Amino acid sequence: MPPGVRPTDRPVLAVLVPGLPQLLRGRIASGGFALLLWIFFVVVVVVRWDRVSGAIAAGFDHQVALATLILGMALVWGWSLRDALRTEPEPRVGRSQWTLATRAFRKNRVAVLGLMAVTLFYLTALLTPFLAPFDPTQQGSLVAERMLPPSGEHLMGTDQFARDVLSRVLYGARVSLSIGFVAAGIAITIGTLLGAISGFVGGKVDDMIMRFVDMVISFPRLVLLITIIALFEPSIFLIITVLGLTQWPQSTRIVRGEVLSLREREFVQAGKALGYSAPRMILRHVIPNTLAPVIVAATLGIGDTIVLEAGLSFLGLGIQPPTPSWGTMVADGRADLLGGWWMSTFPGLAIVFVVLSFNLAGDGLRDALDPRLRSG
Amino acid sequence: MPLLSVRDLRTYFSTDAGLARAVDGVSFDIDRGETLGIVGESGCGKTVTSLSVMGLIPDPPGRILPGSSIRLRDRELLALPEKEMRRVRGDQIAMIFQEPMTSLNPVYTVGNQIQEALRLHRNLGKAEARRIGIGLLREVGIPEPERRFGEFPHQLSGGMRQRIMIAMALSCEPDLLIADEPTTALDVTIQAQILELLADIRGHREMAVLLITHDLGVVAEVCDRVVVMYAGQVVESGTVHEIFHRPRHPYTEGLLASLPDLARDRGRMHPIEGTVPSAVNWPSGCRFRARCPHAWHQCGAPPPLLDVADQPGRASRCWLEEEPSRRRPVGGEATHEGNADSR
Repeated sequence: MPPGVRPTDRPVLAVLVPGLPQLLRGRIASGGFALLLWIFFVVVVVVRWDRVSGAIAAGFDHQVALATLILGMALVWGWSLRDALRTEPEPRVGRSQWTLATRAFRKNRVAVLGLMAVTLFYLTALLTPFLAPFDPTQQGSLVAERMLPPSGEHLMGTDQFARDVLSRVLYGARVSLSIGFVAAGIAITIGTLLGAISGFVGGKVDDMIMRFVDMVISFPRLVLLITIIALFEPSIFLIITVLGLTQWPQSTRIVRGEVLSLREREFVQAGKALGYSAPRMILRHVIPNTLAPVIVAATLGIGDTIVLEAGLSFLGLGIQPPTPSWGTMVADGRADLLGGWWMSTFPGLAIVFVVLSFNLAGDGLRDALDPRLRSG
Repeated sequence: MPLLSVRDLRTYFSTDAGLARAVDGVSFDIDRGETLGIVGESGCGKTVTSLSVMGLIPDPPGRILPGSSIRLRDRELLALPEKEMRRVRGDQIAMIFQEPMTSLNPVYTVGNQIQEALRLHRNLGKAEARRIGIGLLREVGIPEPERRFGEFPHQLSGGMRQRIMIAMALSCEPDLLIADEPTTALDVTIQAQILELLADIRGHREMAVLLITHDLGVVAEVCDRVVVMYAGQVVESGTVHEIFHRPRHPYTEGLLASLPDLARDRGRMHPIEGTVPSAVNWPSGCRFRARCPHAWHQCGAPPPLLDVADQPGRASRCWLEEEPSRRRPVGGEATHEGNADSR
């Protein structure tokens, strides 16, 4: 019997330990992940009860973390309960191409792992105020606590200023992940709109947009970034904007190519024949059909952006101290690499794992969303 | 007054090879509730004619020449600004296309797309649009319309999708439905069903239909009148009965002769020799001259659309109308036999 078809005989278990009934029924991926998340949430609540209970009074960061925690637990719990109580197999009607893509994606274990890792990274970043053992900018005793190797108290050791590396890596995740997400979001939005307009309208508009794209692409991106940031005061806001505004041309090209082939499909002609306006055609009919490659580009783009931000921070042009950032941490630890390998290694590993997860998930999405690569 | 009146329509395209005169002086009328068929080979300008009526000629490279006129009732469509033309499309003229497989947007359900058309043109609420949409699906003969309403296009067969396209076209109760090769991509059995459906709908909605096709069988089945096009021009027009039983233009004769008649020929084909000339470079004089079995020196001058003697409402673009004595019984058959034997 295929997994997930029979209703679970242990709905009580689903209430107490979400994910476990599914796991017991052989659904390693979904059940295991739900269980993992549930345990993670419960441990956070139990171990950090003092912080969780005082979150509302402790400022915005803590409130966001609390909201994430509640929402996350509710989602996992709700999913597990609904899944366990379901008596019928997945409905067969109304299967869109998204349902088909989801199925194809699930078969790709590595990609599923990547997506799970990405989810975990974002959860960790949002829950950081509860998780971090120390204040990331708090300096300990420069005599007694400087450059301590990893130990029970400081899992990743301390840096030259006697700050806890683990806490700094956790807080750095917030910076890196949010920059990656927002900058890639800006880039994708601009890129999709311009690409769709360019491909759909064609003619002079197309020429103008594409020449502009060529122009932006022909600048070496890092040099452009360094120049812009050198001209202004570096801040998170500036870095996000600049990263976003230099990354859109790739997605413009992808979307334009996609739209050029869509434009010849008869439903576009049929839409025009029904009297739909150009903006309606572009926004409602053309862009949703280009979303598959856009999502892939976005996922891979987030990884790129995180690397680029780390590179800028490494050069001292990114996030300014004392705000922790992975790139800055790697750069700071470099001088003392032999005396304290842990200072650069852990943030470096964090970069590698996050970017790897994004790329794995992105590759999996591409395989799942591209019907030419999909079999059956 | 006819519902739609096309006069001297000229639609040209600039291409790399030169100016393609795809539609070159086409005139015809459609009356309220009438079905007019436009027939001709590929490349004769049928589709460009229909797109010109819809105002969907891409410009550039296409261009409708000044002096052309397309009037719907008393409105000159070619003079309408794009915004008003958009309201005409879908509202008063609707169109269905050849390829039902790609005519629906794959990312939305069928119902979603019908609702969109209804809500845009008739200002309906969502529930109301759903109710009317399901009614339309029932009208075009879709079984279990409530269930189909929530399905995606890829879950439906080609014939089913063409029915849905027709439902969408009907959603705004157009006065004129343009059907561009509506059955070409379908199985023969489904073709017959779709044609029957079109005839039904036209009957009880009093909607005019402009049917574009290369399939004479389709024309014979559903049309009232026929316009035969060749090389961007109308070469003959008349009622279905007249065209099929007493064709006047040698091209029409050739088309009819090329229909395989299993009872008579045991599957032997009688094609019209040669190919349609290029729209970039129409031949001077009569454009059918090179393929015409009757051609003589007079054909070096372009023939006008001549009225057919003692058959009111019929016209043929052939000098034979002025010199009926030159018309001989179609010798095509004998020649074809000869060719076949010598091979």
